[in-house]
Amino acid sequence: MSGNDHGGAEHLVKMANDIGHFFRAEPLREDAVAGIANHISRYWTKRMREKLNAHLAHDGDTGLEDLPREALRRLNASQAPAAQPGAH
Amino acid sequence: MLSIVEKDLGTPESESAQLVTLTIDGQDITVPAGTSVMRAAALTDVKIPKLCATDQLEAFGSCRLCLVQIEGMKGLPASCTTPVAAGMKVTTQNKQLADVRRGVMELYISDHPLDCLTCPANGHCELQDMAGVVGLREVRYGYEGANHLVAEKDTSNPYFTFDASKCIVCSRCVRACDERQGTLALTIQGRGFDSSVAASQNVSFMDSECVSCGACVQACPTATLSENTLIEKGQAEHSITTTCAYCGVGCSFRAEMKGEEVVRMVPNMDGHANHGHSCVKGRFAIGYATHADRIVKPMIRSKISDPWREVSWEEAIGYAASELKRIQAKYGRDSIGGITSSRCSNEETYLVQKLIRAGFGNNNVDTCARVCHSPTGYGLKNTLGESAGTQNFDSVMKADVIFVIGANPTDGHPVFASQMKRRLRQGAKLIVADPRSIDLVRSPHIVAEHHLKLRPGTNVALINSLAHVIVTEGLVQEDFVRERCEMPSFEKWRNFVSHESNSPEAMQEITGVPASEVRGAARLFAGGGNGAIYYGLGVTEHSQGSTMVMGIANLAMATGNVGREGVGVNPLRGQNNVQGSCDMGSFPHEFPGYRHVSDDTVRHLFEGAWGVPLQNEPGLRIPNMFEAALDGEFKGLYIEGEDIAQSDPNTQHVTAALTSMECIIVQDLFLNESAKFAHVFLPGSSFLEKDGTFTNAERRISRVRKVMKPKSGYADWEITQLLSNAVGYPMNYTHPSQIMDEIARLTPTFTGVSYDRIDELESIQWPCNAEHPEGTPTMHIGEFVRGKGKFLVTEYVPTEEKVNARYPLILTTGRILSQYNVGAQTRRTENNRWHDEDRLEIHPHDAEERGIAEGDWVGIASRAGDTVLRASVTERVQPGVVYTTFHFPESGANVITTDNSDWATNCPEYKVTAVQATRVSQPSEWQKRFREFSETQETLLKSADVMFVAK
Ligand code: SF4
Ligand code: SF4
Ligand code: SF4
Ligand code: FES
Repeated sequence: MSGNDHGGAEHLVKMANDIGHFFRAEPLREDAVAGIANHISRYWTKRMREKLNAHLAHDGDTGLEDLPREALRRLNASQAPAAQPGAH
Repeated sequence: MLSIVEKDLGTPESESAQLVTLTIDGQDITVPAGTSVMRAAALTDVKIPKLCATDQLEAFGSCRLCLVQIEGMKGLPASCTTPVAAGMKVTTQNKQLADVRRGVMELYISDHPLDCLTCPANGHCELQDMAGVVGLREVRYGYEGANHLVAEKDTSNPYFTFDASKCIVCSRCVRACDERQGTLALTIQGRGFDSSVAASQNVSFMDSECVSCGACVQACPTATLSENTLIEKGQAEHSITTTCAYCGVGCSFRAEMKGEEVVRMVPNMDGHANHGHSCVKGRFAIGYATHADRIVKPMIRSKISDPWREVSWEEAIGYAASELKRIQAKYGRDSIGGITSSRCSNEETYLVQKLIRAGFGNNNVDTCARVCHSPTGYGLKNTLGESAGTQNFDSVMKADVIFVIGANPTDGHPVFASQMKRRLRQGAKLIVADPRSIDLVRSPHIVAEHHLKLRPGTNVALINSLAHVIVTEGLVQEDFVRERCEMPSFEKWRNFVSHESNSPEAMQEITGVPASEVRGAARLFAGGGNGAIYYGLGVTEHSQGSTMVMGIANLAMATGNVGREGVGVNPLRGQNNVQGSCDMGSFPHEFPGYRHVSDDTVRHLFEGAWGVPLQNEPGLRIPNMFEAALDGEFKGLYIEGEDIAQSDPNTQHVTAALTSMECIIVQDLFLNESAKFAHVFLPGSSFLEKDGTFTNAERRISRVRKVMKPKSGYADWEITQLLSNAVGYPMNYTHPSQIMDEIARLTPTFTGVSYDRIDELESIQWPCNAEHPEGTPTMHIGEFVRGKGKFLVTEYVPTEEKVNARYPLILTTGRILSQYNVGAQTRRTENNRWHDEDRLEIHPHDAEERGIAEGDWVGIASRAGDTVLRASVTERVQPGVVYTTFHFPESGANVITTDNSDWATNCPEYKVTAVQATRVSQPSEWQKRFREFSETQETLLKSADVMFVAK
C-alpha cells in the first residue's frame, strides 16, 4: 500500500506540529526534541510514523516544523519502537 | 414516598465524634451528640409517631405528633427538634401523649379524603400508618365545614402528579426542594387553614422553576406527590439496588419492582455518591429501555444499501466473525478494530479490549472518552501520577473556595451540583470560569464572587495569568511545594508563569477577562482556605485540552490544594462510566490500570493470563481509525454502545470513513446513527438487564444489578464473548463477577475489588488493594502517586480555528439537564417535554446585526459544513459567541465542528468553531441529505420485520 494516498499524511504533519507547539516551551531544545520523540513513540502507531516518513521522503516542503522533524529523525535513528515508561 | 425497603430514622445523622448516653423508655442508648431524641429512639427500635420529620431533611417541628415527655423538662417537647443530652430520661408512650397525638391526627384526618383503598399510597402512606399507630378510631369534625377535598390535581409534570386534596401541609416537599435540590421552587402560601403548597409564583409545576428532580415526591409522606408510574402500576413488591446509567455522578438507586417491571426508581439513601438524591434523568427517564424503537433481534446485510435481514444469533455472530477474519486475511491484522463506550460497564469494556488485543491480535481499541476526557487522563497522569480525580464528592462540603472551570454542573452533574450548592449556601466562595453565564453564576442564595467570562479557546491563557498572580504576589504554598513536588520542575514553571507575557494585564487582550477580575480570583483561590477545582469538557475539548488539565494541576499543587479533604482536582465526567472505561484499558496505548503496552513486564503479565502474544505498539485512536479507513487500510469495526456518527466531530468526514469500511458491527439498543452505516446489528441490553459495575467521577465502583432478563436474550458481555469465541479466541465466563476477578488479578489498583467486597461496602473507590483495603476516598495524601508532583510548562498556543470576516462568530457546545449526550435514551422519554430540539443561543447584539429574531431559523456555516437551527436570543452568551447542544442528530451540530483536536490525545475541539450565522428559510443541504438517508435506512429496517419490544 502506498503511504500517502488520500493525503492523510497532512493530518500527521499537523499532529506532529501540534505536539511540537507544546514542547517548544521547554527551555532546552534537547528536552523539547526528546519530549516530542517520546510522545510520538508512545501514542502513534508504527504505520502512522511510517506514513509521515514516506511523506517526508516524497515531498520537499511538507510544513513539518523544525522540532518535530528533529524528533522524527531521532526516532528513526533509534529504531526503538517502544518508549520509556513514565516520561510524558 | 420513601423506598419500600428503607427505614426512616426521622432526622439526619449527626457527625459529632462526641458520644452521649441517655435513657429512652427505660433503655440506655449511646449516640453522637447533636442526634435528635427521635433518631436516638429509632436507633433502639422505639418508634415515635411523626409526620413532618424525615431523615432526608433537617427537623422542622411543625406537626406536633412526635411529642415526648422528658424528665425535668416542662411541657411536651417535640422529639424531632430536641437534641439528646447526657443522662436525659425520655418517655415516648403514656396516656397523656397518646391523647395529644390522637387529637393531632384527628385534625389532620378531618381534612383528608378517606379513599385509602383506592389511593396510590395505600399500604405505604405515613398518614395512614400514623392514624393506626395513635389508635385513631373516630373523627369528630365532619367534612361539612370548609375543607380541601375538591382541590384540583396538577398533572402538568409528565412524571408525577400533585393531588392537593391529600396535602397535610407538612412542608417536607418545600424543604426537600430547598435543602436537597437547592432549586427553591416550592413555597407554602397562605396561613393557617388556607395554607397550601405552591410551585414558584403559584403556577403549575411544569411552568415553575421545578427541574423535576423528584426530591419532593420522595419526601412527601402522603399520596399528594406521587410518581405517575406508581399511580398506574401500584406498590412495588421488591427492590433491587443498582446504579444510574446516565451521568458520571453515578447515583445509587433502588429499582422498585413488580416482577420484572420497574414501578419506580428511588434514589438510595445509603448511596455514597448521591445520599438519596437524584435528577430527572436517573429517577424518571428510563422509559427508553422498553421503547418500541428498541431492536431485540440480530440483523445482517452485506451492503448498507441493502434491507436488513433478521437472523439467529448464531448466524449474526458467525457472519460478523467470518467478515472480520476475511478482512484481516485480505488487508492485514491491523485492518480491524473496535470502539467501546463509557455507557458500558467495566466488565463489558474490559472484555471488548481483551477481544481486540487477544482475539483480533492488535491494539486498535478506543473509547468515546477519546472525545471527552482523554486529556484528563493524560494531564493528571503526567503531573500528579494518576489519571483520575483526587477526591470524593463529599469533599466539597469542606471546601472554602470552589473554582468551577468549563463545567455546568447544574445541567451536566445535577446531583453533585445540588451538593455543591448546599456548600455554597453555607458560605463557601465561588469562582466560575466559563464563556457563558451558566446557572450556577447566579442562583437562589448563590452569587459567584468572580465570573471569569473568557473567550472560548483561551483557557490556558487564563490559567497562566492566574498562576502569574499566585507566583508573583507570593501566594505559593512554598512548604507544600518543597516537600511534595519536584523542585526543578517547579522552578522551571515559576520562571515561565512569572514572565510578564503571562500577566493578567498582558493576557486580558486574549482572554477578554479584565485583569482586576483575574487578580481577585487568584488571590481568593490561593488565600481563601481549602480551594477545590471542578472542571468539565470546557477544559478538555480544546486543542490545548491536555495543557489546560496540566495548568489546573499546577495551580492546585502551587497553592497546596491536593492531598486532603476539601481541595483537589476534580474532573466532572460526562457519562456514567467514563472513568471506568478508561481504567479498563480501552485506550489503544495502554492495558487496564493505565500501563503502556510497550512495558514488557506488564505485557508479559497479560500474555501469561490471556495465553496469546500481544502487540507492543499502540493501536489506532478513533480519529486515526477514520483516517486509516479513508486511506483504505482500515476495514472492519466492532462498536459497542457508542454512536460515533453523531457524537464525533466533522460528521461528513466520519460518515465518509464509515462508508468506506467493509464490515461495521454495531451492538446497541437502537438503530443509532452509526448503525445506519452498519452491516451487522447485535441487539444490546439496557442497564436494567445485566450485572456489572460502573465507576463514577470519584473513582467509585458501584454495582449494576440485573432487574429483568435481557430483552434480546443476551447481556452485552455475553455477546462479546460469543463474538470472541467465533473469531477463535475462547472466553468462558459464566458471570460478570468472574470478569471483575480477572481485572483484580491483573490490575494493582483493583486487587481488593470483588463483587462480594462491593456488596459489603456498598461501593469502593479505587485504588483498593492491600494498602487501601476499603478503597481511597482522597488520593495523594502525604505523597503523590508518581512520588513528587511534577509541574509542567503550559504555554498558551492559540487554536488554529480562528474567526475572520467569513466566519466571525465562535460556536461553542454544551448540554442540558433533561437530555443526555446523543439523546438516544432521553429523546425516547418524556424528557423531550423540556427540550425537544437543539437551539442556537445568540447574543441580542449579534442577532440584531443579522436580522435574527427569537425562534427564527438560522443557518450556521463553518469551514467543515453547515446546518440550520432555530435561534434563541439571549444574553447568556457574550457577543461574538454562539452556543448549542448536540442531543438531536438532525441538528447536525457536529457537521459544523472541525477536525481540530487536542495535541496530546486528539480529543476534538468541540468548544471552538469559527462560524457565520444567517437567517434562512429552509434546512441545510446536509440536513436534507441526512433526512433522506435516515428515511431510507428506516425503510430498510422496516422491511426486515425484526424486533420491537412488546410492552
Ligand atoms: S405535598 Fe406532601 S410533602 Fe408537601 S406539604 Fe403536602 S403532604 Fe407535605
Ligand atoms: S421536583 Fe425537585 S425541583 Fe421540582 S419542586 Fe420537587 S424538589 Fe423542587
Ligand atoms: S445526577 Fe447523573 S447519575 Fe444521578 S440520577 Fe442524574 S443522571 Fe443519574
Ligand atoms: S415529627 Fe416532630 S413535629 Fe412533626
